[in-house]
Amino acid sequence: MTDIAAPASAVLSPPRAPLALAWLARRAEGVVIPLGALLAGMALFSVFLLLLGKSPSTFLELMWRGGFGSWFSIQNALLRATPLIFAALCVALPARLGLTVIGGEGAIVLGGVAAAAFGHWLGNAPSVIVLAAMAAAGMVAGGLWIGAVGALRHYRAVNETISSLLMAYIAIALMNHLVEGPLRDPASLNKPSTHPLTEAARVGPIPGMDVHWGLVVALLACVACWLLIEKTRWGFAARVAGGNVRAAQIQGLAVGPLIVGFCALSGALAGLAGMFEVAAVQGSANASLAAGYGYAGILVAFLARQNPLGVVPVAFLLGGIAAAGGLIQRRMGLPDATILVLQGMLFIVVLMSETLYGRFKCFDPDRWKRAP
Amino acid sequence: MEGDIGLWGVPLAILGGAIRVSTPFIFVSLGETITERSGRINLGLEGTLVFGAMAAYAIAVETGSPWIGVLAAMVAGAGFGLLHGWICSFPKVNDIAVGIALMLFGMGLAFFFGKPYIQPSAPNLPAIPLGDWSSLPQVRAALNVNVLFLVGAALALALWWAFKNTKIGLIVRVVGDSADAARAMGLSPNTVRLFATAAGGALAAIGGAYLSLYYPGSWNERLSSGQGLMAVALVIFARWNPLGCFAAALLFGGAGALGPALQSVGVTQGYYLFYAAPYVLTLIVMIAASSPGRALAGAPGELSITR
Repeated sequence: MTDIAAPASAVLSPPRAPLALAWLARRAEGVVIPLGALLAGMALFSVFLLLLGKSPSTFLELMWRGGFGSWFSIQNALLRATPLIFAALCVALPARLGLTVIGGEGAIVLGGVAAAAFGHWLGNAPSVIVLAAMAAAGMVAGGLWIGAVGALRHYRAVNETISSLLMAYIAIALMNHLVEGPLRDPASLNKPSTHPLTEAARVGPIPGMDVHWGLVVALLACVACWLLIEKTRWGFAARVAGGNVRAAQIQGLAVGPLIVGFCALSGALAGLAGMFEVAAVQGSANASLAAGYGYAGILVAFLARQNPLGVVPVAFLLGGIAAAGGLIQRRMGLPDATILVLQGMLFIVVLMSETLYGRFKCFDPDRWKRAP
Repeated sequence: MEGDIGLWGVPLAILGGAIRVSTPFIFVSLGETITERSGRINLGLEGTLVFGAMAAYAIAVETGSPWIGVLAAMVAGAGFGLLHGWICSFPKVNDIAVGIALMLFGMGLAFFFGKPYIQPSAPNLPAIPLGDWSSLPQVRAALNVNVLFLVGAALALALWWAFKNTKIGLIVRVVGDSADAARAMGLSPNTVRLFATAAGGALAAIGGAYLSLYYPGSWNERLSSGQGLMAVALVIFARWNPLGCFAAALLFGGAGALGPALQSVGVTQGYYLFYAAPYVLTLIVMIAASSPGRALAGAPGELSITR
């Protein structure tokens, strides 16, 4: 699943090809194959559209116009990319430990509700304090939620994929309970919500843009996660444990705290996504929090090959596709689930492309000499 | 007195609800049992269930026959199963991830093609009134049993017998316990798993057809609330035993009926929390059924989820 073997083998066997070229070839595999899979998925979706009598070229044109073609649409794409980045990190971090956690939606939802509750409670305090408290509340809520998934996995051997998804359903039920019960603003009649946040509790736009500061935090989080995995001893330990748990335990690594810690961190990041959705986009917590970002984030993480830096362009791409959804729906008369079908097809093709790794000689400098 | 049985209505409603709500669990978990016994896990049955619900409803609207709808759902479900089995037959492809992808894909396709069928109403699957001997309407309502529930019960028994006593059952179990042993016997693990996943998909789709054609008996995008996923967890709890699946499905059905049953007697506080009961129960059951350090009793040896 991960390309951690590449640098190790570079150390073990002296490179026979020019260093720079070999380095590039090794890195290229993880970019070329997902890109190829992306194109194949788009081609498959074009066939789907043709079968329905719709024009793929119109679809692509609208997708470009709605998601990437203008400053307005790029900002729209970035706006949607922000929660996707957090949600994808929530998948990518545990993936380094060999865990498939897919319940980020639950951490997003609870993070949003916790942030809204604190934002309302501290609404009259200085903005810095309120926002810090909201972010902390969102991160603690999300972190506890996914941290529990990790703890169940390590200490009770409960499958993390199923348990995280169940926890997501429980989180959504909990949110509905809180939003319609204890935390409900009596003035919200048609759509039960928490109390609207005061100005001090809102996150504003980045100067010169319509996109809120959450995007900056999301990008910083990606860099921090990449550094954590690639440059720290905890990241190294996680990669060892992800490769072979027994080997890690024999080496004396504390696998349990590692798993719980990584899961809690990933949940905290997803909780942050919920906090920004509440503080920057919605203005209060309500059922709109469960918008499926957690599930789209799974696709982002797999497309990015669980690499925190790869998450950024992929999230931008899928954010743009989602941003174009409304336009495509209106102009082409397609249902809103069209984007879901496209995402599903991309996901399937990307997973199928996993089988291609290691099959092409051009990506493996060690095999260049032996090539006929 | 007639019609007023006070709090006794709660257990009665839970019993009736258990029978009504459990049917999709029975079919999905039996389907997943076949797939997992062959050594593969299909987490995508939630998507298959939703697509099956849509396909059954759409075809029932078009043809006027709910049974043709069920058949269409089975064909569609088998198709999803074949797709899963085919993709997983490539080396290095992770069956759990493919399941997640197919779950999202199946739901997307179902919402895509199901949009025009939210409005029209389809003919329902018939139910057998087993409670006619009683004068209490609650008892009669509780024992109004759908045909598919009885089919599911019979199927659980048949599968339990077939795994033990038939050649096909043995082949599926061998492939699930050791691919190498299967190859030594001249069997192709990928082919057996392909058919086992297809059969699992077809059964899961029947569960979906039950949702849209009987209870709740309509098609919309919020029809399923994770039944397909819970059924996968339930198979682990039932230790891959078809009869265990049936019993566990009834238990889960009862948990799912708790919210509506309490609401019917006027308990409205914490309404949403009761709706979380099946998920919480699933989680508790998974925690109780799993244990660190040793393999699960009865688990197929090739199953990725228990290794």
